[in-house]
Amino acid sequence: MIVEVKEQQDVRQLVRTLVTEKGHEKAELIPILHDINSALGYISDEAIEELSERMNIPSSHIYSVATFYRMLSTEPRGRHVIQFCESAPCHVAGGRLVWQKLQQELGLSNGETSEDEKWTLLTTSCLGVCGVGPVLVVDHDIYGNVTPEQIPGILGNYE
Amino acid sequence: MKATRSMVLVSSDPESLDMGALDVFNTLQQQIAAFGLEEEISLSMISDVSKKTQNPLVLVYPDAVIYGSVKPEDIPHIVEEHLYKGRVVAEKQISPYDLTGQIAWLSARKGTLPAENRIVLKNVGLIDPESIDDYIVNQGYEALGTVLQEMTPQETIAIIMNSGLRGRGGAGFPTGLKWQFVASTKNDKKYVICNADESEPGTFKDRLVLEGDPHAIIEAMMIAAYAVGADEGFVYIRGEYGLAISRMQKAIDQARAYGLLGENIFDTGFSFDLHIHAGAGAYICGEETALIESIEGNRGEPRARPPYPTTAGLWQKPTVVNNVETLANIPAIIRNGADWYKSIGTPSSPGTKVYTILGNVNVTGLIEVPMGITLREVISIYAKGMKDGASFKLAQTGGSSGSIIPASLQDTPMDFDSFSKAGVSLGSGALLIGDENVCVVDLAKVLLNFFRFESCGKCNPCRIGNKRAYETLVNISEGVGTLKDLDDLHMLSQQLYELSNCGLGQTAGSPLYDILAHFRAEVEAHVKLKVCPTGVCPMSGRRVYQIV
Repeated sequence: MIVEVKEQQDVRQLVRTLVTEKGHEKAELIPILHDINSALGYISDEAIEELSERMNIPSSHIYSVATFYRMLSTEPRGRHVIQFCESAPCHVAGGRLVWQKLQQELGLSNGETSEDEKWTLLTTSCLGVCGVGPVLVVDHDIYGNVTPEQIPGILGNYE
Repeated sequence: MKATRSMVLVSSDPESLDMGALDVFNTLQQQIAAFGLEEEISLSMISDVSKKTQNPLVLVYPDAVIYGSVKPEDIPHIVEEHLYKGRVVAEKQISPYDLTGQIAWLSARKGTLPAENRIVLKNVGLIDPESIDDYIVNQGYEALGTVLQEMTPQETIAIIMNSGLRGRGGAGFPTGLKWQFVASTKNDKKYVICNADESEPGTFKDRLVLEGDPHAIIEAMMIAAYAVGADEGFVYIRGEYGLAISRMQKAIDQARAYGLLGENIFDTGFSFDLHIHAGAGAYICGEETALIESIEGNRGEPRARPPYPTTAGLWQKPTVVNNVETLANIPAIIRNGADWYKSIGTPSSPGTKVYTILGNVNVTGLIEVPMGITLREVISIYAKGMKDGASFKLAQTGGSSGSIIPASLQDTPMDFDSFSKAGVSLGSGALLIGDENVCVVDLAKVLLNFFRFESCGKCNPCRIGNKRAYETLVNISEGVGTLKDLDDLHMLSQQLYELSNCGLGQTAGSPLYDILAHFRAEVEAHVKLKVCPTGVCPMSGRRVYQIV
């Protein structure tokens, strides 16, 4: 999932390329943040600084936008991000027990990243696949009709 | 409630009872048993359907046949002929058109089963959504052609206005009127936005339209643009809907290649171009002013209104914002006319409604049915009954901003006006059906947790109110709630409604109000007896939140 762009120079280069591609209108801010987030796994301070210079938008504004939306992160995340739907339809369909099993299996609570940086566990609001609740998403893979017994198997799919 | 083949309803208003409805009911029960049909046919009393003439009524679904002035002695014949042999007893049948008012909605019901009577979902699953040719063969862009060549913008608005189409995003605002507001605002630049930030928990109807029939949305947005004088549009799709985004992008590219989007389309002088804006994960962006803020590159915080987007929307220009489902109705209305559209649904809410059925029922999924169907019908006919023969306890409509509807309201027609009279809300069209194992405190806790998380934080009542309400519910679910907590919850629900800036906060308190109004005894059991009647709540006796 995550491209290895650790060097500051690379991050700044990525931001410059994106701004050249999409333009520096303020309306492009969220699409560009989206792209940075999927390239780096999160939006780093260097990325915000560089973006601020290139787009002529205060970094405070960029930070406030980046922290507002659930799909954007300003903190590094694990190699695999697990999102568990905690909305009512999944809850009523047995989600409560799945969530307990998930936390227990990973040894993580909501919002935590494992020490080996393999997993980040998040709850999310409805993902719009309620017909097959309870639903969890690992990276981009959606799992529906999940039972507690299936959890170890699902987690075993990821390196 | 089990899966049944037919459903028989007997009117039970005072006049009907006076005319012997109870005898009719009892005779029906005996006769259904005599033919051994108890397993296949459900029998219930129903209030609020009958007119003073021709009582009592016997209604048979899914055939939508109404028998009037039924006497106990007619029953053996009706049961044998209709329920046993499947032949309608014409001499006792009355026309729904003879009856005005509350049951006019029955007229559009004949033969309505899932997959029939489709307007919004007409093409979904039947055409290749990635082929513009497939769409065109199925009457695609026909309505646009009619509008551009034969109608003035004013005439276009008039048709939509006459059709009585109301916004399907939840609020039910008349679509034609919204278009009229934008059309009459003078400005050199106007926008059309499709709100596809479908994030109400339990709702995925818009996703299916976007994934299954994206060209219908493009066509409808172009009709809207022509009507109001706009030349640019945005489709705001929530970021989680990857497939919908790529299908819509492909559709836009195809339309552009065919000359359907761009400058001076087909030499009519009308120009229109369309862009996609992908959301980044925020429920609040479904609120139209928050959505506009988000397109502009800001936090999705709702604006103070007025001014409404119809006068000062995207970049302060007049803007039409319509929901996906609303737009999907537009081409069909133009093709078939306003009178055709009004013949479906109820007088105050014409047309169909797409519902997502979820929860403890045998069949979950999507249905498109005329406005005015009842919950009882949805559960017994479309959802094929409750799972494991459990009994129906409540339905949660319209995602989190809908209402918690008790079983006692299951015969109320589901349309905007009937629901608002009953003090509940239709919301976005999700029907989360709960059985007797659902705890209302637990359900409210989940709903309030959602609002607590999704509140944008701009205004205090919503930011703090939802947090307090959630904490109070957690304490109640742990068995440390007090009666004062219940008063506080009631007060919070009122304050959220009265003081919040936008629709999120205003509706966030409704689960609190609903559980106290309809399920007070169950909530009090948590507080007074320290018992969760369904055994769902932890009731550990541990105080999780210290509320001062």
